[in-house]
Amino acid sequence: MDHSPMNWGRPRNDAVDLYGTYPIPQRPYNGSKGSFSAGVQHTQQPIVTGTSVLAIKYKDGIMMAADNLASYGSLARFKDVQRLQAVGDYTVIGASGDMSDFQYIQTVLDELMVDEFTAADGHSLGPAEIHEYLSQIMYARRSKMNPLWNSLLVGGFKDGKRFLAYVDLLGTTYSASTLATGYGSYIAQPLLRKAVEGYEDVLTEEEALKIIEDSMKVLYYRDARSLNKYQVAKITAAGTSISESRSAETIWSFAEDIRGYGAQTQ
Amino acid sequence: MTSIGTGYDLSASTYSPDGRIFQVEYANKAVENSGTAIGLRVKGGVVLAVEKLVHSKLLVPGANRRIQTVDRHIGMATAGLLADGRHLANRARDEASNYRELYRTPPPLKSLADRLGLYVQAYTLYSSVRPFGISTIFGAVDKDGPSLYVVEPSGVFYGYHGAAVGKGRQLAKTELEKLDLASISMRQAVLDAARIIYLVHDDAKEKEFELEMSWIGDETNGLHLPVPKDLFDEAERKAKEALETFE
Amino acid sequence: MPDMVPMSVAQPQERQFNPYSDNGGTILAVAGANFSVIAGDTRQSEGYSIQTRYAPKVFRLTDKAVLAVNGFAADGNMFVKKVKQRLEWYRHAHSKDMPLRAVARLIQSMLYARRFFPYYVYNILGGIEEDGSGAVYSFDPVGSYEREACRAAGAASSLVQPFLDNQIYFKNQTPAPGTSHPAHLALTDVLALVIDSFTSATERHIEVGDGLEMYVVLAKGSPLQGLELVQGVQEMSTTTDGERVFIVRRNLKRD
Repeated sequence: MDHSPMNWGRPRNDAVDLYGTYPIPQRPYNGSKGSFSAGVQHTQQPIVTGTSVLAIKYKDGIMMAADNLASYGSLARFKDVQRLQAVGDYTVIGASGDMSDFQYIQTVLDELMVDEFTAADGHSLGPAEIHEYLSQIMYARRSKMNPLWNSLLVGGFKDGKRFLAYVDLLGTTYSASTLATGYGSYIAQPLLRKAVEGYEDVLTEEEALKIIEDSMKVLYYRDARSLNKYQVAKITAAGTSISESRSAETIWSFAEDIRGYGAQTQ
Repeated sequence: MTSIGTGYDLSASTYSPDGRIFQVEYANKAVENSGTAIGLRVKGGVVLAVEKLVHSKLLVPGANRRIQTVDRHIGMATAGLLADGRHLANRARDEASNYRELYRTPPPLKSLADRLGLYVQAYTLYSSVRPFGISTIFGAVDKDGPSLYVVEPSGVFYGYHGAAVGKGRQLAKTELEKLDLASISMRQAVLDAARIIYLVHDDAKEKEFELEMSWIGDETNGLHLPVPKDLFDEAERKAKEALETFE
Repeated sequence: MPDMVPMSVAQPQERQFNPYSDNGGTILAVAGANFSVIAGDTRQSEGYSIQTRYAPKVFRLTDKAVLAVNGFAADGNMFVKKVKQRLEWYRHAHSKDMPLRAVARLIQSMLYARRFFPYYVYNILGGIEEDGSGAVYSFDPVGSYEREACRAAGAASSLVQPFLDNQIYFKNQTPAPGTSHPAHLALTDVLALVIDSFTSATERHIEVGDGLEMYVVLAKGSPLQGLELVQGVQEMSTTTDGERVFIVRRNLKRD
């Protein structure tokens, strides 16, 4: 059954109106009703996009990774884009989806952090607060039918506690010991779960890095919108750090032996 | 005060026959009644210090701060009416935030002082408002390095190497002039600032005061932060020692 | 088929952003004579992907009211947040917790206020009425509601509800001659039915599993009715002299 309220009381089939009602019922219009509303354009699709972000919990904190590519459709348009961003002293956010929306989010968060800093009241925003704030923004924008087209991971470490959570363009949120956005949620997430679930408190930094590196490699092999140039962020009791760009060792020689598609005729 | 009773001092929107605006001058009197605030622009940063007079023992230590933060890299110290200082700080934060939004870059202090000068000046134009009863020392480290400005009740603002406002400004200025501001370190500036505040404090008139100090520069990674406790305590101790050997 | 109207006259359709999603999972609640059980699984999914194995769908609102929310998770969380806020305002204004039937009507107004852009969530409210009876209220996404003895909602509602109809309302069961079906079940029997409902739903529905959270609300002055023997039970109430809230957690299969 189609539960979506958008489809209540409407013909099941868009192509055929069984009931012969006239005029054919139109979808409800939730946008602006102003005289110039035709001139108000809302984001209908992402344009320049980043692919997966991965993150895991480990013994000392959170590790997160994202590659440096911003694609324009299938074109690898910008190959030196940072998709991980430290927010304050305890938090890193990672973004996939529309990069201009992400830049806007960075601006909003920077303003928030300046406001908090100037208050100089001895309080500081941790990852939980930043995630809640982001969630409210994302949900408010989806409710205006003008979403910020991103899936975001928020990782952090404050007061001896690890934090890792997700929020996306619908305002959907959740938390888990391994998270992945985009293709990563199909390809890397099962690998991450197998390696991390149940070992969150024993995995060392080296082991965590190995898991992240292996997953990024698999993603590079399988995700056509990825780049073998990525950064890894670490959030621990010592604070946040985002690595220089690095790449994984890959082997492509096997490709020549593959038959059945590609350039070979035999 | 010859001006009193002439009628020219009732409104900021009326000049006296000899071309003065008495309300602005009265505002300066409000500043003169306040504890001293100083600012030092030195090598690699800026130091702000305030002699916060404590009029009641019942007040919570550390309350009613007179040094405030405007942006990550901008601090301000006020002398005069405390509430006016709060209001101007909020305005300064809005201006700084506007500048960031428009130019996507941290505001240089010069631009900020210019905008706040205009804002303060607007309060000298109308009969319906009262000019600001504060002089404000702004300190920052921006793209052009350390900078220090003072905005006065009239709305004028000047840049300084060392600035002093409030009750003890004359003596403080004399002391500041003795320093080689362009070459001393931020740490040295903190020691000097504490010493000057203790020096200008008049024990006979006001008993209690709290020293407030903040700095911006290489030592703080460009952030406006309170002077850390160990350095603060050292500066306060040395200031008290210097007081005993003075003169 | 008669009178089929071709849609060829229709204007070009603009692709629109869909503000809704379905995050799976199932909730249910059962009212007893002087208790109420409200339960939900903890899996959150989208399509074939499990987003997390632990995202609570059941929330303690007060010591006498527990709300289970199922459907679109973002709407659900926002809705719970707003209900909690309204209940806090009520507490500030009246120095007491809002009665259950008032919470139910509040939820209906809050849902209907969004009639033309609904919270895409099915709500089940459980707790204790002012007369001390266990109660369950169930809602549709736009606020239609009624008080019932039991209700299941969410992804596996079509599996669980018939089971509850049979086991709690005794539908399609004839009592032995000279006997009658009990009006209310014992707490321990209800808990057993709830656990069976969820293990079965987990077997047959891909969106149900991972964890189970069962809230038990007991009427003021009620004995524990065997709850003290349930393993892992935790008290969530703020006082022990009014209505009391307990939580029982169980693992469900994770596949």
